Amino acid sequence: MKFGIVVNEGPYQHQASDTAYLFSKAAIEKGHEVWRVFFYHDGVNNSSKLTEPPQDDRHIVNRWSKLNEEHGVDLVVCVAAALRRGIKEENLAKGFRISGLGQLTEAGIKTDRLVVFGD
Amino acid sequence: MSEIKKFMFVNRKAPHGTIYALESLEVVLITAAFDQDVSLVFLDDGVYQLKKGQQTKGIETKNFSSAYRALEGYDIEKLYVEKESLELRGISEEDLLVDVTVLGRAEMGELMDQQDVILSF
Amino acid sequence: MLHIINKSPLANCSLDSCLRVAQPGDILLIEDAIYAATIGNAFEGKLREAMGRFKIYVLQPDVDARGFTGRVIEGVSPVDYSGFVELTTTNKTCQSWL
Repeated sequence: MKFGIVVNEGPYQHQASDTAYLFSKAAIEKGHEVWRVFFYHDGVNNSSKLTEPPQDDRHIVNRWSKLNEEHGVDLVVCVAAALRRGIKEENLAKGFRISGLGQLTEAGIKTDRLVVFGD
Repeated sequence: MSEIKKFMFVNRKAPHGTIYALESLEVVLITAAFDQDVSLVFLDDGVYQLKKGQQTKGIETKNFSSAYRALEGYDIEKLYVEKESLELRGISEEDLLVDVTVLGRAEMGELMDQQDVILSF
Repeated sequence: MLHIINKSPLANCSLDSCLRVAQPGDILLIEDAIYAATIGNAFEGKLREAMGRFKIYVLQPDVDARGFTGRVIEGVSPVDYSGFVELTTTNKTCQSWL
């Protein structure tokens, strides 16, 4: 099956991004496709390459980047939500891209299931 | 894009305290542009989004409540409010700034079951 | 339909609202919603009552993380992330009660 994932909360502050990641990983391991992850609201903060967690903690941003690198998961950051919060091309981590809200609607149309993670 | 899906946006959060209501409205408008079948549901504190007479000047934030009136212009006419959510908050249909369809709990549940995509923020 | 809840029922009404409005189906408790499925919590009665209409699942890694391993109400089914994925595929749609 083809999955679309929506992440509405920032990393570290809320568990949503962790749950979304572990769900995506499990889906891929089961042979499904995670077609797109759309980052909205504070979820756009998952894409900042300036993120530096303590060494003994998980690196949430890099984990998403790796999912893009290894499985081609399309990581889309909402432009309007991103600009509001100071996320721009120049501080975008590897594998993420900034685009419009239409990409979220498109994910709803083109995937078999859309799963939302937020607060 | 020829495929038409039933999209439902479920709003359960009050406006102003957090940005969810405003940003969810932005997705609704975009989705309408994709010619999808769009329904908006207001449940629990989400019904406060539609309260008449919101004045945000004093808190220096954008008053986006008028945008709900503009939804009709985007062919978004399916606005549903759950009856008990209104009652529990001491407000009625007359307090709302747009025309809505008020549904009982079972009707609301049935409507949810008919959807293809459910987005909540 | 699969209903996904992520809030403690003692802090937020999302589970209560879901039980009020939703038609019979599956409910998955994740993150802070797992407290709803722990033995002796104030919401236990309501959850037990709902079990006739809904099949209740709980995300076990979230239970373990919160120190409630082995203290989940009987009749609530544990799933891991793979089981979570499974639930989203066996149901036609899913709704996160945020």
